[in-house]
Amino acid sequence: MRETDKLLYVDGISVSFDGFRALNSLSLMIDDGEMRAIIGPNGAGKTTMMDVITGKTRPDSGEVVFDGRHDLRALDETDIARLGIGRKFQRPTVFENHTVEDNLLLALKGKRRVFDTLFARRATSETTRLKDLLELIGLGTQRGILAGRLSHGQKQWLEIGMLLAQDPKLLLVDEPVAGMTDAETETTAKLLREINKTRSVIVVEHDMNFVRELGVTVTVLHEGSVLAEGSLDQVSANPRVVEVYLGR
Amino acid sequence: MIVARALFADNRRLVLCIAVVLIAGIGLPLLNLLTPPTSALHVPTYVVQLVGKYLCYALLAVAVDLVWGYCGILTLGHGAFFALGGYAMGMYLMRQIGSRGVYGNPLLPDFMVFLNWKQLPWFWQGFDQFWFAAIMVVLVPGLLALGLGWFAFRSRVTGVYLSIITQAMTFALWLAFFRNDMGFGGNNGMTDFKEILGFSIQSGGTRAALCFASALALALGLVVAASVVGSRFGKVLVGVRDAESRVRFLGYRPENYKLFVFVVSAMLAGVAGALYVPQVGIINPGEFHPANSIEAVIWVAIGGRGTLVGPVLGAVLVNFGKTWLTGALPEVWLFALGALFVFVPMFLPNGVVGLWRSRVKRAPARADKTAPLARPAE
Ligand SMILES: Nc1ncnc2c1ncn2[C@@H]1O[C@H](COP(=O)(O)OP(=O)(O)OP(=O)(O)O)[C@@H](O)[C@H]1O
Ligand SMILES: [Mg+2]
Repeated sequence: MRETDKLLYVDGISVSFDGFRALNSLSLMIDDGEMRAIIGPNGAGKTTMMDVITGKTRPDSGEVVFDGRHDLRALDETDIARLGIGRKFQRPTVFENHTVEDNLLLALKGKRRVFDTLFARRATSETTRLKDLLELIGLGTQRGILAGRLSHGQKQWLEIGMLLAQDPKLLLVDEPVAGMTDAETETTAKLLREINKTRSVIVVEHDMNFVRELGVTVTVLHEGSVLAEGSLDQVSANPRVVEVYLGR
Repeated sequence: MIVARALFADNRRLVLCIAVVLIAGIGLPLLNLLTPPTSALHVPTYVVQLVGKYLCYALLAVAVDLVWGYCGILTLGHGAFFALGGYAMGMYLMRQIGSRGVYGNPLLPDFMVFLNWKQLPWFWQGFDQFWFAAIMVVLVPGLLALGLGWFAFRSRVTGVYLSIITQAMTFALWLAFFRNDMGFGGNNGMTDFKEILGFSIQSGGTRAALCFASALALALGLVVAASVVGSRFGKVLVGVRDAESRVRFLGYRPENYKLFVFVVSAMLAGVAGALYVPQVGIINPGEFHPANSIEAVIWVAIGGRGTLVGPVLGAVLVNFGKTWLTGALPEVWLFALGALFVFVPMFLPNGVVGLWRSRVKRAPARADKTAPLARPAE
């Protein structure tokens, strides 16, 4: 396994589905404390890349190293989550039949084995942490209602809150502002910047205004590999990027 | 603590249900024993028998609901755990017959003498002791559930495929138990029981005690189920039902949660079967029939899955209907059951309990517990 001081080191990963190459020798490096935006047309392989990092999909080849010492290819989703990688799905996924507060409670960092949860009692430290999280994601007044009754945007925030509750080092956030109003999008950008003060974040998003608002390095994916990398202005001036976006 | 919180804080209906179960389980047998047959208050013996049977079915339904209603595992094989518990009890009862069998063999049950067996098979050892049989009643179903669940959940079999596996399990056992050389009485199973714990199985007092024991077992089963689903474990379980991948990506191992609840549930079903057998006086391979397992799922669907009172109500209502219809219009029963299974999910997605809930207009405050019958594969 490679020696690296990067928080996330992805090198040359390829993934095929029945002969179709979803990822083609993709490489990506994320520094500790960095926020990175990933853009790319539909089917570029953004979600598949997150699947590989989180252990859902095994790459056919290539290396994925987390925190300089964990070979993620050898671990499953649960192990990787416990190492400190949180993931928000493209389609907001929260526990609809639990209250907002219970959603966060289940996500809170802590023991997760059967006999731990069977006899778990809520600690005061947990109550405090829940209060902070609810405030941060702006759902304090909704704490007691079922997550299924939240609006689409609120569900996205709740899911981000659940990632935070896990206390991860790295957050993978897949299309957080899809279907949000402009005001909600702005709040989300603020939330992610706040989160980025203490953690690394990878955001996949199509919304260019949102990406601009984040003001971070952008990686453009196309047909399973990196097409360009740099500031948003740099990559939007790149003729190959323009071609990929306009050629569709 | 956990139990107290789960029972009293947010589920008055469950407390009421447990109270009714216990009162019926004590009151009806007592009225049967203490009043003369001429009295208006007299409860006939067959009613006590029926109630005892319904209580066992209700416990089976609670077991099914624990895995299906709360964890999304649509089990079509719980009848097998029920039957295994029943067989363990049946083996104890057979050995209590001793030399009073038709062939008068002090050690071997009649069917073994008939098959010309010379000695008791190894797996019949120990069943002359009640405590041993009682352990087997929970151990055998529990181990089978552990083995099956371990393979199925680890390899992430879900949805329809999991249902098919559970159905195949009970089907295989159904075929196996028909065979004489299995050593469980083959086609005829076990019957002609004489005594349980030294008391005549036919006596009024024993019947009353068995009915009461069934009520007690159901009440305890409800308390166990309530403390499981009321704990943080139970919240994870519902999470597994509604969004398994979310649970996994939060760092839990859903397979362990499923396995635990599947084993607990199988044990409850085993206890239900063990109490059922002395009350009906027979256990045969028919109890493994796949249709029995499907019927148990129907009770839960009709009563309201994902609630603990629902399965009890469903089991009692459907079986009462069955008893009544098989007497009044025997040809109709199967059609009625089929119709129920088609129409209840269509018109009463939350079962009878859901109906009651929306009647009293508490729906907005409460969880909409409906999840799709079987979740699509991820
Ligand atoms: N499990 C799978 N089986 C077969 N093909 C798949 C699978 N997962 C993804 N693909 C294919 O791989 C390609 C990349 O998909 P992916 O979901 O990673 O794209 P994406 O960049 O996230 O797109 P979008 O912006 O639409 O979310 C697509 O063509 C998709 O159809
Ligand atoms: Mg995607």
